[in-house]
Amino acid sequence: MKTSLASRLFPIATLAALAAGCATPPAPVDYSAFIQARPTSLLVLPPLNDAPDIKGTPAVWAHSTRPLAEAGYYVLPVTLVDETFRQNGVTMAADAQDVSTTRLREFFGADAAVYLRVKQYGTSYAVLASETKVVVEARIVDLRSGQLLWQGQGAASSAEQSGGHQGGLIGMLVAAAIKQVIGTATDAAFNFAGTANARLLGAPRPNGILPGPRSPLHGQPPQTAR
Amino acid sequence: MTVALQCACVQAPKPLYLWENFPRQQYDTLLLNGAGSEEQIRALQAHAEKARAAGAALPPGFRAHLGMLELAAGNASEARALWLAEKASFPESGPYMDRLLKRLDKPSNTESPA
Repeated sequence: MKTSLASRLFPIATLAALAAGCATPPAPVDYSAFIQARPTSLLVLPPLNDAPDIKGTPAVWAHSTRPLAEAGYYVLPVTLVDETFRQNGVTMAADAQDVSTTRLREFFGADAAVYLRVKQYGTSYAVLASETKVVVEARIVDLRSGQLLWQGQGAASSAEQSGGHQGGLIGMLVAAAIKQVIGTATDAAFNFAGTANARLLGAPRPNGILPGPRSPLHGQPPQTAR
Repeated sequence: MTVALQCACVQAPKPLYLWENFPRQQYDTLLLNGAGSEEQIRALQAHAEKARAAGAALPPGFRAHLGMLELAAGNASEARALWLAEKASFPESGPYMDRLLKRLDKPSNTESPA
């Protein structure tokens, strides 16, 4: 009985660990456009949301400022950006993301825009275990040239092993987000959004965004994934 | 978890800004479509006081966000002072803050970004 249960459970656990920790290494990123553009200020547009929970948009949006600011960029205040869009009749994230780069530059004065897409946000409940997971994709586009500077994906899940030794600034951001999770199970997805965004938008990270001008690490060569 | 937290504490460089609950407060405000809250204004003022006492920097957008709440609460002069302070602390915010300040002068300005 014991053996058969273990053999039935073990492959599931292994698969979950693989899915969480050992994704295929991403292709090396071309940083030439990013280095040349030298953006100083970032406009984070309201995130598109593929998840059924509509809070995916505000949660991921609210968590975007901290990692980008700690990476050395000025980040336009998302609550005011939201208000500006709403006052001008733009209430859907998709409509905001469709505004031309020229117009965004004119209106907000930022060097580059951050386009986010929430791929997953929320908790799936299963018999053996529930999993809270947040997956976010990002593109950074220069508002002066319209050129794509960088793109990436970040994720965080309650199913992860806690053994990942993440040092440095990202470790700190992730640890801060994890700390918030302790004792607040009701709003778990919001906190995992913080972790996913720290991994996605923090710097320096392998294949991540480059540290901005307000970071002491500004100008260092990019970290490429091995 | 404990190990990860300890590692993070040892290796983490000093953060650039004092964050407190600012991400959460931005989230709350987004959920309320920008509606002001006296409670959040007081919490942000306490945050600013704590930063001042500690010699820590306030995050980008903090003053601008607080200014928006002050305006919603009817304190236009406070909003103006905070948006000017945002611009002084982060010159990168200048073009956007100027646009917001202009709107304070002409509340009917509804030029569309679309």
